[in-house]
Amino acid sequence: MRVTGNLLRRMVRAREFGVMAFLVIALAIAALLAPRFYAPQNLRNLLLDTPLVVTVGMGMTAVIVCRQIDLSVGSIVAVSGMVVGEIYRSHPGMPTPFAMAVGMGVGVILGMGNALLVTYLKVPSIITTLGTMSIYRGLAFVIAGGRQINPNDIPARLVSLSITSPIGIPALALVALFIFLLTHAFLGWSRAGRAVYATGSNPDAARLNGLAPNSIIAGSFIACGALAGLAGVMYASRYGFVNPAQTGNGFELQVIAATVIGGTQVTGGSGTAVGTLLGCILLAAISNVLTVAHLSGRWQLAAYGAIILVAIVADSLGRRQSMKVAA
Amino acid sequence: MKLKKINWTHQYTLLVLVALSFMVSAHLSSHFLDPTYLLTASTNFVETGIMALAMTVVILLGEIDLSVACNLALTAALTGVLWAHFGWPLPLACVAGLTVAALAGLGNGLLVTRLQLPSLTVTLGSMALLRGAAQVLVGDHSITGFPNWFIGVDQRVVGPLPAITLLLVGTAVAWWAFLTRSVRGRMTEAAGANPVAARLAGIPVDAIRVRAFVVSGLVAGICGLMMTSRVGAARWDMAQGRELDVITAVVLGGTDINGGEASIPGTMLALLLIGVMRTGMGLAEINAETQHVAVGILLAASIAVPNLLKRRNRHKAVNAI
Repeated sequence: MRVTGNLLRRMVRAREFGVMAFLVIALAIAALLAPRFYAPQNLRNLLLDTPLVVTVGMGMTAVIVCRQIDLSVGSIVAVSGMVVGEIYRSHPGMPTPFAMAVGMGVGVILGMGNALLVTYLKVPSIITTLGTMSIYRGLAFVIAGGRQINPNDIPARLVSLSITSPIGIPALALVALFIFLLTHAFLGWSRAGRAVYATGSNPDAARLNGLAPNSIIAGSFIACGALAGLAGVMYASRYGFVNPAQTGNGFELQVIAATVIGGTQVTGGSGTAVGTLLGCILLAAISNVLTVAHLSGRWQLAAYGAIILVAIVADSLGRRQSMKVAA
Repeated sequence: MKLKKINWTHQYTLLVLVALSFMVSAHLSSHFLDPTYLLTASTNFVETGIMALAMTVVILLGEIDLSVACNLALTAALTGVLWAHFGWPLPLACVAGLTVAALAGLGNGLLVTRLQLPSLTVTLGSMALLRGAAQVLVGDHSITGFPNWFIGVDQRVVGPLPAITLLLVGTAVAWWAFLTRSVRGRMTEAAGANPVAARLAGIPVDAIRVRAFVVSGLVAGICGLMMTSRVGAARWDMAQGRELDVITAVVLGGTDINGGEASIPGTMLALLLIGVMRTGMGLAEINAETQHVAVGILLAASIAVPNLLKRRNRHKAVNAI
């Protein structure tokens, strides 16, 4: 038991080491290609590009560790952003924490929809969330009723969250950092967090050990929904508008890509919050370097694709090596 | 035997739903019953259908190919660029585009089989890479001005029928005959139903998987040329999100997303259902988002409702004992 524990820990460490190495290489290339990358203003931009992906990435990590996937997060971001935006429109005085609570509440409800279909009705998660991705996106359109949430509907104090905070760093980055720390502690050290790994490694064994895989899977979908809901409010703060078609469109792929690059296995049972955080920073750094190096936005998607493929291939080769060492 | 039975019930349900949506559509708009209109509308679903047929086999083998729509876009973009910017003769450019599409499929297949990577992550990566490559090639422009013989493939008719709709039906029959009537097809089914047993029986499971990915890529490439011909332009953002429509048609048709069980007639029926619903709703001026919602609900319900019924029956059986 202890031996496998140590081995697992070693493998996880090695995997994060891989992402870390990628990140260092990317940053070194940045220093060569575009020294402006290290300008304070640009590093600030980097801090603003990551919080949304990090926030939702933490939920996605739990979902993928459970052997599931959630394609509906982008649509949840849109619904939550629309709901909060509409409330702001009629009640401009809504306090920010309340807005965040509303966003998370919306996310919880939509996450429960996913959880119900996956655990009770046994619809595979990829099908469930493929369906709810369309359904929730449609819901965002219904709430919008043909209008978008405009910058003048969003109060300045929400927008200021993505500009500054008492300690100088944008508050959104602090929120994401807090969520990262919380997820890290939860997945690493709490009983329920370890149950997430047990469920993903072997649901049957988990059940025989007295865990309830269904509740754990449901919990991870609800948590992922809640974080996507929170990200909807963060979106409104960061971009100053919410559009039912545009908001969160394709976001699910960014989040899944960051999670996978961070070493989380889609076959379940392994992945860490630290890995996902590094994956998010790596993706944001790459797109930022491309912008700073005046390689137009045109190269961004191809670079994302290449980095995903390189990361999973390197990860697989690394795992083979560690298997050999173990044998 | 029992599984077959369930599958048939599923297809009857689909047939009933097709009939139902047909009647509702006819009720919503009187134009719907115009055969010429319906036949023209059918050409809109040919690419999705042809890709869904290849995807049925990929999913039968327990894999998935998220990169089809992006492969489609890359083929269109590459063909367009070679022709427009590099002065290649168009037929040669088409061949080059199709070659790259097949190679992209080969890459997916090799990564999945040789490195034993999950196809979900591999094709997620190649999805971004292929569409990204298309974007690098053409940027935000569209390539237009294709010669007359190349464009308007959807307007060609054989008798009263659009040629590409016939092509779709022919492809479906060919896939069905392949899977049910040929040795290789039976091997493919076996490789999907139980890969371990198939491997022990001497069936080259990995080679079959690679082939399925290559065919999926090649078919996506053909659809890329077809779409370019239909709209008369090549862009990097063509068919964005189309992979989801393709997968929806396959799963709605009764193919198990975890592999092992697939149905070509089911995929075609599901495509017909989606086609009738979308065309009907389009005529009734129901917007695209509502159409997406309807298809999404249908997809989730197509699996949730039978599961719910099964659960009921099991409870009943237990109570009877």
